[in-house]
Amino acid sequence: MSPQETGTLSRFGISEGEVAHALGRVKVRDVDYADLYFEYCQSDSVSMEEGIVKRAAKNIGQGVGVRAISGEKTGFAYSDELTKKDLEIAADTARYIANSPSGETPVAVTHRSAPAHNLYPHERTQIEVTTPDRVALLNAIDAEARRYDSRIKNVMASFNTEYKIVVVATSDGKMVSDVQPLSRLQVTCIAEENGNRQIGTYGGGGRVGLQYFQEGDRYLDYARQAAREAILNLSAVDAPAGIMPVVLSGGWPGILLHEAIGHGLEADFNRKKTSAFSNLVGKRVASDVCTIVDDGTLPYRRGSLNMDDEGTPTGRTVLIKHGILRGYITDKMNARLLGIPLTGNGRRESYQSVVLPRMTNTFMLAGESDPADIIRSVKRGLYAVTFGGGQVDITNGKFVFSASEAYLIEDGQVTRPVKGATLIGSGPEILTKVSMVGHDLKLDEGIGTCGKEGQSVPVGVGLPTIRIDEITVGGTQA
Amino acid sequence: MTTPVPTYDSFADLAQDMLARAKQRGASEADVIVANGETLSVQVRMDAVDRLTKAREKRLGLRVFFGKRSASASTSDFSKPALEQFVADTCTLAQAVVEDPVSGLPDPAKMTSDHPDLDIYDSTTLQTEQQIDLARRGERSALKADPRITNSEGADFDSSSGRMILGTSHGFLGQYSSSSFSLAVSPIASDPDTGAMQRDSWYGVQRKFSKLEQPERIGEEAARRTVRRLGARKVTTCTAPVVFDPEAAGSLLGNLCGAVSGYALYKGASFLTGQLGQPLAPEFVTIYDDGRMPGGLGSRPFDGEGLPTRKNVVVDRGVLANYLLDTYSAKKLSLTSTGNASRSVGESPSVGPTNFYLAPGTATPQQIVESVKHGLYVTDLIGFGINMVTGDYSRGASGFWIENGELAYPVEEITIAGNLKRMFAGIEMIGNDLVFRGRIASPTIKLAEMTIAGQ
Repeated sequence: MSPQETGTLSRFGISEGEVAHALGRVKVRDVDYADLYFEYCQSDSVSMEEGIVKRAAKNIGQGVGVRAISGEKTGFAYSDELTKKDLEIAADTARYIANSPSGETPVAVTHRSAPAHNLYPHERTQIEVTTPDRVALLNAIDAEARRYDSRIKNVMASFNTEYKIVVVATSDGKMVSDVQPLSRLQVTCIAEENGNRQIGTYGGGGRVGLQYFQEGDRYLDYARQAAREAILNLSAVDAPAGIMPVVLSGGWPGILLHEAIGHGLEADFNRKKTSAFSNLVGKRVASDVCTIVDDGTLPYRRGSLNMDDEGTPTGRTVLIKHGILRGYITDKMNARLLGIPLTGNGRRESYQSVVLPRMTNTFMLAGESDPADIIRSVKRGLYAVTFGGGQVDITNGKFVFSASEAYLIEDGQVTRPVKGATLIGSGPEILTKVSMVGHDLKLDEGIGTCGKEGQSVPVGVGLPTIRIDEITVGGTQA
Repeated sequence: MTTPVPTYDSFADLAQDMLARAKQRGASEADVIVANGETLSVQVRMDAVDRLTKAREKRLGLRVFFGKRSASASTSDFSKPALEQFVADTCTLAQAVVEDPVSGLPDPAKMTSDHPDLDIYDSTTLQTEQQIDLARRGERSALKADPRITNSEGADFDSSSGRMILGTSHGFLGQYSSSSFSLAVSPIASDPDTGAMQRDSWYGVQRKFSKLEQPERIGEEAARRTVRRLGARKVTTCTAPVVFDPEAAGSLLGNLCGAVSGYALYKGASFLTGQLGQPLAPEFVTIYDDGRMPGGLGSRPFDGEGLPTRKNVVVDRGVLANYLLDTYSAKKLSLTSTGNASRSVGESPSVGPTNFYLAPGTATPQQIVESVKHGLYVTDLIGFGINMVTGDYSRGASGFWIENGELAYPVEEITIAGNLKRMFAGIEMIGNDLVFRGRIASPTIKLAEMTIAGQ
């Protein structure tokens, strides 16, 4: 199915006339902008543990979110009933913030279009995977992980797919729709030796279907990677504590960018002047070697979208160029209020949530250093390869992210594995301490989920190998 | 086409009908959940309405068993043809998975039979203007509490109510209503000299509107917590005693809650695997999970499988006395359910706390701080640096440095690290300041020693 074929209103049992009527009802005098967001979402998951594919679940949801914006105010209502009457109630609720009487003039849909991009075309995104195929995939993962090492005592794996159809109708008469597939395969292994138990996880995915995981036996590689990390951690020593140089390897460690600067550059925080980055556009916030972009247009990527959830085409936004802060990522409301470009970053978790400026795929462009030279440059420090989650306090700029696979660097050599540790730093300062950037840019495998105001959206990150001259490492060895 | 909104009774009928249809399609057992609710949430920022959200929602979840095979599904589409397809799809799904010898509904004889009034529902309906006014009062009092409060992330007032029906194929049908009213205020302070900003927040949440603290009190406390963070600095890397304020201590208790969950335990994914009956903490530490605390934010008459909730002693005078279990995880561990099945509509049960708390001690928070010569007082933790399998703990922290028994200056951009097992064993003092602001609550606690990483 292509977006043009399926992302239609008729799917929701709603006519164009009813949309025009509801938009007219909500787009009253003092409302600057209004939109309706129709969503159908089906998610399927199967999970395995103890060698048994014992859980299967399917969730289906559909509904409409109606939003009115008046100045800095947002009125929002949603309904899981898609009738004319429910649309009216939602429209009346949303326009409450405008203190204007109900509108009677329908807003005609004058411009229908497919999204600007076609980033996840049909051939690789078939998400209709039969349950037996899912079961077979997980069974093979279990066998592969146990074959990797006899100390692997338990394997947990899950395969989740999501199939979302959205239609956005706006008060400027535009209607645009998209079909958004999403898959993720996750493997967790527990290794045990002499009472010492350790965990390893690995996974990946994107706006892809089953075929992606089968290409080059990618799913088996996930199993081996998870097993390898669990086994490695059996011999991990206590992590050091204190300030030291840290080398981050490419790929998922790009979560540094997401936490340290990405959230701080979301336009809503900057409009409200609650971000540590407020008023820093044009100023130096990173070293010369750092150029960072947010790009929602990479084919098949987890963070990519043909259009954002306001119907704006996604794009590539330069956040930091050679160390200088260039701009923010925006949704319609914040772009308008700040008088800055619309970047296609207005996203929402579902019809039940409001639009916020959010990241897509955030990464640092490749530099010129040889990754081996970067490691060799460190006398005593940490080499961090894989991370768990991270978090940031937007206002004071302090952020954390937690390593799950890391090693000591001693005299320029990667030596012993260390236990997980949290790294903490200050967003506006940390990138000024990046002194070397590798030529090996890598994007993550496609497992990231970003949380903001209780809403989760899929995102991507990426990084070449980099050297941070100093950051606080939160181990136990003081 | 207009569908009449189903009434309460018709949702119960719907539940029965779904069970019957699943049986017709050959399911040996099934259970069904129908949840519906309403929410109104307002956010006021800098005295103006920032966001207003109103919604009514409903969802149906079905779990079917074909012998020892099972699957779960949920939908928000309650139209008859859609539900017929939904039951068919769920049954197909169940037949495609592998047999799990332990799966199944709980023993019918153990289903809840009493109907305690837990005081968790309040029929008060607040008008939009009323909620805006309450949020505004909270934010205003924060903004005027101190000249250094210069900005705000707003004040949120949310009210919600909902009903939940659970039915099983062996004849159980239970239902209850619950409600919640909450106000949170998040001011921002800036340092008059450096311009550096800090934010913090304070909140109240209650099942009954009349029990909610005055907005002014919440706003003033939010301001106090925010302003005191101004001028925060790093400390030198060291090991020292750490005092957790009730909020931070609650998060630590939440980690324990995850570790005593039956699912983490039988998978070997908890550092407490095999520790039942073993000492975990000093003998003055007792931790309860009480599903029937009147008015409790985690209270409910029955759990996600229809078993009666109860008061469990998780840690009894220092000894790990009970895990939190549902039917499945209990069977895996050769134990019996503790009535802690938690259920999201459309998922098979998992385990969750009800009202999970550390019993208060006798020391005042001030006495606890006074007992520390040099150490850390933690008020906020960020990040996910916890390995539940090993108990290894490393999180970002902020709070105050304690010097000679007094909070000397605010600190930030530091981490605290240790191991949860040793941290619980190292509890030295427990405060007398237990207040429930969520499902998990703790008084102030003091730990003997952790590694603090700073500069």
